[in-house]
Amino acid sequence: MSDHEYTPKSKLGKWFNDRLPLLTLSNHLQEYPTPKNLNYWWTFGGILTFCLITQIVTGLILAMHYVASADLAFGSVEHIMRDVNYGWLMRYVHANGASMFFLAVYIHIFRSLYYGSYKSPREVIWIIGMIIYFLMMATAFMGYVLPWGQMSFWGATVITNLFSAIPFVGESVTNWLWGGYAVDNPTLTRFYSLHYLFPFLIFGLVILHIWALHVPGNNNPIGIDLKKPSKDTVPFHPYIVIKDLFALLIFLIVFAFFVFYSPNILGHADNYIEANPLVTPAHIVPEWYLLPFYAILRSIPDKLFGVIAMFAAIFVLVILPWLDTSKVRSAIFRPLYKQFYWFLVADVLILGYVGAMPAEGLYLLVARVATAYYFLHFLVILPILGAKEKTLDVPLSLTEPILGGSPKEAMIKKNKEI
Amino acid sequence: MEEDKKTNRRDFIFTASYALGAVGVGAVVWPLIDQMNPDASVKALASTEVDISGVERGQSITVLWRGKPVFIRRRTEEEIAKAKDVKLEDLPHPETDEDRAKNPEWLVMLGVCTHLGCVPLGDKGEYGGWFCPCHGSHYDTSGRIRKGPAPTNMEVPKYEFVNSNTIKIG
Repeated sequence: MSDHEYTPKSKLGKWFNDRLPLLTLSNHLQEYPTPKNLNYWWTFGGILTFCLITQIVTGLILAMHYVASADLAFGSVEHIMRDVNYGWLMRYVHANGASMFFLAVYIHIFRSLYYGSYKSPREVIWIIGMIIYFLMMATAFMGYVLPWGQMSFWGATVITNLFSAIPFVGESVTNWLWGGYAVDNPTLTRFYSLHYLFPFLIFGLVILHIWALHVPGNNNPIGIDLKKPSKDTVPFHPYIVIKDLFALLIFLIVFAFFVFYSPNILGHADNYIEANPLVTPAHIVPEWYLLPFYAILRSIPDKLFGVIAMFAAIFVLVILPWLDTSKVRSAIFRPLYKQFYWFLVADVLILGYVGAMPAEGLYLLVARVATAYYFLHFLVILPILGAKEKTLDVPLSLTEPILGGSPKEAMIKKNKEI
Repeated sequence: MEEDKKTNRRDFIFTASYALGAVGVGAVVWPLIDQMNPDASVKALASTEVDISGVERGQSITVLWRGKPVFIRRRTEEEIAKAKDVKLEDLPHPETDEDRAKNPEWLVMLGVCTHLGCVPLGDKGEYGGWFCPCHGSHYDTSGRIRKGPAPTNMEVPKYEFVNSNTIKIG
């Protein structure tokens, strides 16, 4: 962090900052030294913050018009769509916003995987990120239940039934989750309560995530530790701010395309039929962002082990910093890891595809192979690569490959003065 | 000696206070958890009576009990024979048809797949019984699991024939 701390110029600002040094935090948005080689894959942190705020704001508005009751919920959503001023816009932004949020978070996660951002000393950032990701999935799932359509109801039934796989206490746990003997009004009202709560938990965790990030500072595409501040860094403002804003603008074009031109393409037509506990839709599919995990669940023919495998698929990511033993962070200097990385990307995409298809015949076979490979990647390939892979030479600094040698002490000092 | 005694008494007081504190915390937390369990109004709907006089052989009706569908099927002779014919060794969850259907003509069971809770479709699947569209579980004409991820047979609820035309479930 910068040596000279930000001090407010105005008398009032100084008075306030002496009592609560809140304004000093603005340092982190201004002079905070950032690697100068950050590429556009690094802009998704800012985009994700934007997504979270969008979801909270549109969600607050929807909550003003929505009624959490098994008899009224479906109608109240249609009321929002047809009667409430700009209700359609709020709902479509919120519903597609969830998809955009996951799109951004997947890019963000896969960026970390490529550049080794989860490695020492950033393990805690990564673990907090994984908790955020898990809470996001829970929040999105509960939000999807609220319109009380057929997919809402049966999605809720299938996911809550996962807990019935727990030996001995499974049934009691599911009845406790439901507040009854099936998904019904009590389930809906508690999901509403929690769907309202979780985004604020996520918000708190995001603050911790950024706090933890600002201790070691950003990783970068080369994946080496940088002297901060130095010739290898630039101040956060205006360099990164402008870059983030530009990326956000491009992202918003995609976002707006979905909201205004195909707002229902990521949803399911079945969810425009009101929930009916007597009829299961012919083909239940979760939202696209949960499909890879759904494929893992279905690929295992045993109920309990299917559920265990699904949760293990997430847990294996949490312990990733200790599974990947390679000292080199960035895939740029890891020729073998780079290839396996793309295999993993393909594997997850395949899992997502078969997760949307019926669980039979060839699809089931592909799902099983892809599930096996997913675990193989994390539990076998990564530890072996850490020991066996011959990595390329890593430069000492960002400028070294161009200027040669390590950056001169004098240059760093001079930069500091500026 | 004096010292030791005093320490022991203090340890005892600490342990006793922690224990009492833990009981207190438990007593406060339990209502916060238990409020989510099925409430009195949900439990009050514990039983339902169904008129089955209009059901012909080979037909089934589905009624809602405790928010869950219940299949009531008046089976044909052929279906009953098929269900009785199965060897117990062939069943993942061995149960005889006699145990599942007190009156072989009437099969009463929860229409809930024991995998993840979908409603199976009737007259479908490889065993002529039910087929769950969600994850592909096949049930036979006695509602027993034969193939697929479901771990157990479809559950038979507590029920009784009030008279020849009425079944009381629950």
